[in-house]
Amino acid sequence: MQPDFNIVLIGGSAGSLSRVLRLLPHLTKKLNIAVILIFHRKEDEDSVLHDVLAHKSEFTVKEVEDKDPIERRHVYIAPADYHLLLEKDLTFSLDMSEKINYSRPSIDVTFESAADAFGESVIGLLLSGANADGVDGLRRIREEGGRIVVQDPRSAEVPFMPQQAVDRLSIDLLLTEFNIDDFLSLVTS
Amino acid sequence: MNDDLQLTDGQIEIILSDLIEQYGYDFTNYSSASLKRRIQRLITMDKVVSFAEFRHRIQHDAAYFKRFVEQVTVNVTEMFRDAHFYRTLREEVIPELATRPLIRIWHAGCSTGEEVYSMAILLHEANLLHKSLLYATDINPTVLEKVRLGMFPMSQMKQYSENYIQSGGRNDFSKYYIAQYDTAKFDDSFKTRIILATHNLVSDTSFNEFQLILCRNVMIYFDKELQDRALELFDNSLEKLGFLGLGSKETMKFSSLVSRYKQLPNKEKIWRKMS
Repeated sequence: MQPDFNIVLIGGSAGSLSRVLRLLPHLTKKLNIAVILIFHRKEDEDSVLHDVLAHKSEFTVKEVEDKDPIERRHVYIAPADYHLLLEKDLTFSLDMSEKINYSRPSIDVTFESAADAFGESVIGLLLSGANADGVDGLRRIREEGGRIVVQDPRSAEVPFMPQQAVDRLSIDLLLTEFNIDDFLSLVTS
Repeated sequence: MNDDLQLTDGQIEIILSDLIEQYGYDFTNYSSASLKRRIQRLITMDKVVSFAEFRHRIQHDAAYFKRFVEQVTVNVTEMFRDAHFYRTLREEVIPELATRPLIRIWHAGCSTGEEVYSMAILLHEANLLHKSLLYATDINPTVLEKVRLGMFPMSQMKQYSENYIQSGGRNDFSKYYIAQYDTAKFDDSFKTRIILATHNLVSDTSFNEFQLILCRNVMIYFDKELQDRALELFDNSLEKLGFLGLGSKETMKFSSLVSRYKQLPNKEKIWRKMS
């Protein structure tokens, strides 16, 4: 089932929360997209993250439960200690298997499964972080016809993760503090 | 990673139908994204170079088929995972079971048994273990052998001990096992109350009636249709007023059975069968 909206995946680790908090107010009801957040974090921070993000945009914020449907104008949070996968019937599946890149959720796992299921409807954004998780996933998104965006490493609190992506991949947009409009038009086209 | 063989959805379907014909194992209603990832992982680990070779090996090499099942099904588990869940079992569920002459509990998809031993410890501390039977079943016979041994990695014990204390445990956790090099061997008194059997939630039927069924982080690997089948099976295997415990991100909300069940307070993932 190809969705009639784009799916925007945002992966981040250390130092990426503040960037997401600045992005969320731009998510208004007129945007025909679903947003999925994959953050490396500790298990007991689940409800905290939901509460912090809940009223920052016009989208409904939800921490994913197994088999939840993927719907437009929602921000989905990958739950801690599970991998998050996207199914072709527009639902989520959870997976508790081994950590990937020392991480569960792993950004690569979600990016790759989204690319596999939804191809060109997928946009991957990789933010600040301290390990290489996400780079292989971005490459898969690109290979399957989706588009990839990376936070400008110069503006990232921890530049390692986005720098890896910039060094190794050709990207569609380098996200800075000043080109949010370019980002919004990319994700909705 | 990129140069590895990538199976198409069609090739995966062929493998799955081979497994049904050859071995009677039906994975067709597993969550496809997760199953595909597990199969792809096996292909990378085993450096498989062609689909034909992979297919032939699964079909004709029984030992490799066994490896396939072991690697494709997920066997990650912990003792006292989600401490609040165990606290609720301890404080709200076990007291309800205490008056029964015989307590029957089913751990469906028990994997290597960490949760079975956690439950046995709770029952022991409630002074109920002597009149309890814990049925531990899994699709994979190899993991059941591990349950039988009751030996877990010593490296995990610090974490499990913390989980145990958070779940309301008051004892010194280390009194329940003996350290032997890098393994922790749990007390044999637990083992005498555990009954092991292979059971496939896809194809097998109800085999007893229970007051408590635990099936945590197993159905996440099933699609909705298979989840419905498994939930029907649990419903048929649960006494009235019995309890069903699921994983922390699992839910009965998509099932038609939910109207006959009542979820325990605080969104705890335990449902009670009301009728």
